[in-house]
Amino acid sequence: MQRDADGVASSPHIHSGASVAGVMRRVLAALAPGVMVSAWFLGPGVLLQIGIATVAALAAEAAMLSVRGLAMRPFLFDGTAIVAGVLLGLAMPPLAPWWLASLAAVFAMVVVKHAHGGVGHNLFNPAMAGYALLLVCFPYAMKSWPAPGAEAWAADVLGAVFLVDTAKVDAVSGATALSFVRDGLRGMKMLAELRPGAGASLLGGGAAWVNLAFLGGGLALLAARVIRWQIPAGFIAGLLAVSLLLYLGDAQRHASPLFHLMGGATMLGAFFIATDPVSSPVTPRGRLVFGLLVGAVVVLIRRFGQYPDGVAFAVLLMNAAAPLIDRHTRPRVYGERDTR
Amino acid sequence: MSTVLRGFHGGVRLPRSKETLQGTGSRSVALPPLLIYPLQAHVGTPARPVVGVGQKVRRDELLAAPSSYVSQAIHAGTSGVIVEIAARAVIHPGGVTDTCIVLRADGEDRRLTPAPALDLGRATPEGLLARIAEAGIVGMGGAGFPSHVKLREGLLNAVRLLIINAVECEPYIACDECMIRERAADVLLGARILRQALRASQCVIALEDDMQQARAALSRRDLAGAQIVRVPAIYPAGGERQLIRMITGAEVPAHGLPIDAGVVMHNAATAAAVADAVAGGLPLTERLVTVAGAVRTPANLRVRIGTPIAHLLDACGRSAADARVIVGGPMMGTRLIDEPAPVVKTTNCVLRLPAAAEDCTMPCIRCGDCVEVCPAQLQPQALYELARAGDWDGASDLHLFDCIECGACAYVCPSRLPLVHYYRHAKSEIEALELAQRRAAELRSRYEARLRRLAQAGDAAAEAEGQAGSDVDAAPAPAAVPDRAAMRAEIAAAVARTKARRTANTPAAAGEDEDGAR
Amino acid sequence: MFTAIAMAVLVLGALMAARVLVAASASPPRGSHGLAADIDRLLPQTQCGRCLHAGCRPYAEAIARGAARINQCPPGGEATIRRLAQLLGVEPLALNPRHGRQAPASVVIIDEEACIGCTRCIQACPVDAIVGAARQMHTVITAECTGCELCIPPCPVDCIAVVPAPAAQHAWQWPAPGRVSA
Repeated sequence: MQRDADGVASSPHIHSGASVAGVMRRVLAALAPGVMVSAWFLGPGVLLQIGIATVAALAAEAAMLSVRGLAMRPFLFDGTAIVAGVLLGLAMPPLAPWWLASLAAVFAMVVVKHAHGGVGHNLFNPAMAGYALLLVCFPYAMKSWPAPGAEAWAADVLGAVFLVDTAKVDAVSGATALSFVRDGLRGMKMLAELRPGAGASLLGGGAAWVNLAFLGGGLALLAARVIRWQIPAGFIAGLLAVSLLLYLGDAQRHASPLFHLMGGATMLGAFFIATDPVSSPVTPRGRLVFGLLVGAVVVLIRRFGQYPDGVAFAVLLMNAAAPLIDRHTRPRVYGERDTR
Repeated sequence: MSTVLRGFHGGVRLPRSKETLQGTGSRSVALPPLLIYPLQAHVGTPARPVVGVGQKVRRDELLAAPSSYVSQAIHAGTSGVIVEIAARAVIHPGGVTDTCIVLRADGEDRRLTPAPALDLGRATPEGLLARIAEAGIVGMGGAGFPSHVKLREGLLNAVRLLIINAVECEPYIACDECMIRERAADVLLGARILRQALRASQCVIALEDDMQQARAALSRRDLAGAQIVRVPAIYPAGGERQLIRMITGAEVPAHGLPIDAGVVMHNAATAAAVADAVAGGLPLTERLVTVAGAVRTPANLRVRIGTPIAHLLDACGRSAADARVIVGGPMMGTRLIDEPAPVVKTTNCVLRLPAAAEDCTMPCIRCGDCVEVCPAQLQPQALYELARAGDWDGASDLHLFDCIECGACAYVCPSRLPLVHYYRHAKSEIEALELAQRRAAELRSRYEARLRRLAQAGDAAAEAEGQAGSDVDAAPAPAAVPDRAAMRAEIAAAVARTKARRTANTPAAAGEDEDGAR
Repeated sequence: MFTAIAMAVLVLGALMAARVLVAASASPPRGSHGLAADIDRLLPQTQCGRCLHAGCRPYAEAIARGAARINQCPPGGEATIRRLAQLLGVEPLALNPRHGRQAPASVVIIDEEACIGCTRCIQACPVDAIVGAARQMHTVITAECTGCELCIPPCPVDCIAVVPAPAAQHAWQWPAPGRVSA
């Protein structure tokens, strides 16, 4: 099993059968319900974006593998590129032009992943780094979210995505519930004034259902022991704590914790994005700290930031801190008296 | 009656692969034509042979005596004649050879008269220790530490708790379970003797949760104050440190020994061997070995120590052509390179595992599964990165030497990294480096001593050399200069001799680097 | 947004700075005499002089002064160069072939039949690893021999041979595992 050229083989001589590809397959399966529900509420554009991002990610991965002279088989189909593609596609506005998702996927694979050494070596979550690139460079295009209730079906979507027909985009797009609330609050309006009108039932637009679907998939991942409880629990706890604090401070000027919990990419972030093992801490306590910080920063960015959602930047920010967190949360070794 | 203990960090549930053997009896195996005894089959210094080639011996006769405090005696497993004392294949991951005594069986299997049984009512710890030492007993669970040394250290440190470890947490291995079923009385007697030798106030016998029959066999008898505990069938529950943690709630200090936690632990088979030695007057020459995996009839075999492993596989029948032979369990065992290597006192299992499909290792994805299962609470992924990068200091700082090499991390690793191999490589590099540094320190002091001596002799020598300095051919020794012409002749003769010898010897000398370190 | 990020960055920055300060205060600075001793500690102490210095300590002092490079020690080889580079905070260099090439540990043995007892090797040996007296056969204490080969040129009868060091000095080691694919 574990051998080298000399024929010297170290124990153990058996293996659990776990593999990177197996882990990624289960992640993809757990994403499926959330993807379906998103597509139900936001239209087929969701699936189209996922397809574009995945194909682009695989193409970029294959190109980088061949440039770096690495074997195609184990790496191209290890599932990491596919998962990154799917997460990126989910983050994309469904009506964004095709080249945006492609650009982000290529950036994620080439710069964020392979320039840092490929699978296992990236400092940042590739999908979120790709998404952040788009948010920074193409903020307007990244706002093409379909307005609640606007029917954006196949023809419109294809037109918007591939022909970059801005008229079609404008016809169906509108502010998301998150940016609607944030922009409203920024305009010094009271939350009560925002509630009627614009169809902005705060949990409307299917966001709550999408979040519930991702929550379900995430719990399945937990049950399958693909991820551990620390990051999602920390994420949700951090998010609830900060939003509750703000809400208790001034309920009229801040959205409710429930809104934060069930809005935006909360559950996707908590269970699927922040839990990316490569770019998050590895110690159990470190993961809890990491989750708490990501959750807290998500609320701060949603409330005070400029972008539709805070998950991407919160995750990236804490990715940078992961080595530091790991270093400070090393567990006590068996037989060691309490360190420090 | 007894509850299942909980509480050691990490661990992994493994397939047990021993259900067919739990409940079946042991069987004996025919005596092989040759029994082979490596002199170094225990922790410590190699034993010193006390027999010569051609000498006839009977079973139980002493073949090699301990060469130091930490060393152990070896006894003949049958009657016969010593045919060789030479390098032979032994159980070793690198397939190196070691000096072995080879005994050809004469088929008569005559024994020495056993030593008289010791009267437990009157025996002192010293008397018991001496008998255990004479019987050549070492830890039979795998470590091979001389038992009497462990007991003496325990006695000196006044430990209070004796633990009899019958936890066979590795898959396949079932020989201790079988031995307890068949020899429960001896195990209990051995436990009593060990406890008396240690003057320990308590004795705990640890069994795995699924060893119902063994537990029943023990419970039927008088436990003489020993307590039976059950531990969960989670690997590595039978690890010394893990078991101590579960039973006492205390941890063995890092870099410490179980005696530092007030505990001495002995394997159940060791306890039975102690009973044989003290009550039966017999040295350790036989043990149970589980033979399993790709064999026709898996079995717990009663095997004379020294039996070639190939002989056991012949007895059980090889069922798949292409298989690796593992001695010990699949998690910590040694892959055998040479099947003629013999069973030693620590050999509890011989496995044939079908050759694995070509493994594809991936880079570490930092999933943390290894952190979760590590019973030493280490950071296996960080140790891996450091070991791979050759950062030995960093690896030591992250407690590389607290790793017990249980293999749980590598077992669960989705990237299928040979983690334990990296740790072993790093450990042996670090140990070699430390050896080199100790040696360098010694050489430095010799060099400095010489410089000091030369400086002291400096003035006198300078004068002497000033006079004889220009004469290159003169021996510069301060001793009397010998007759020139005579010396010239001597030199010429010596040079001719050396040259002749060197041309003859060069090829042989080049082939001497025998053990293939690289 | 920027407030939030700035706050987080500040907090993290402060943490790291505190860490660095703590680490810096823990390790006292060393003088150049101490540096030579530290360098000497990394050298193999063969005293072979292949670095063109009189011994390991003089070479260490030359390095500490900046008068010698770190790649002049063939017995230490790559490993010593790497550790020296680490200690001195410089880039590792390839071993300078002018000083010789790295080889497995070796010792010398004296052909005791051929030895004429001239004592020249005894005087050449930097670690007093050869014993004998004038007109008496000499022998090498293998355990103390560094394999420096300084005894070979002075020997008038060429009776000293280089052999691999005994096994205890290069015991079996776990080889490095086969490299991972990336």
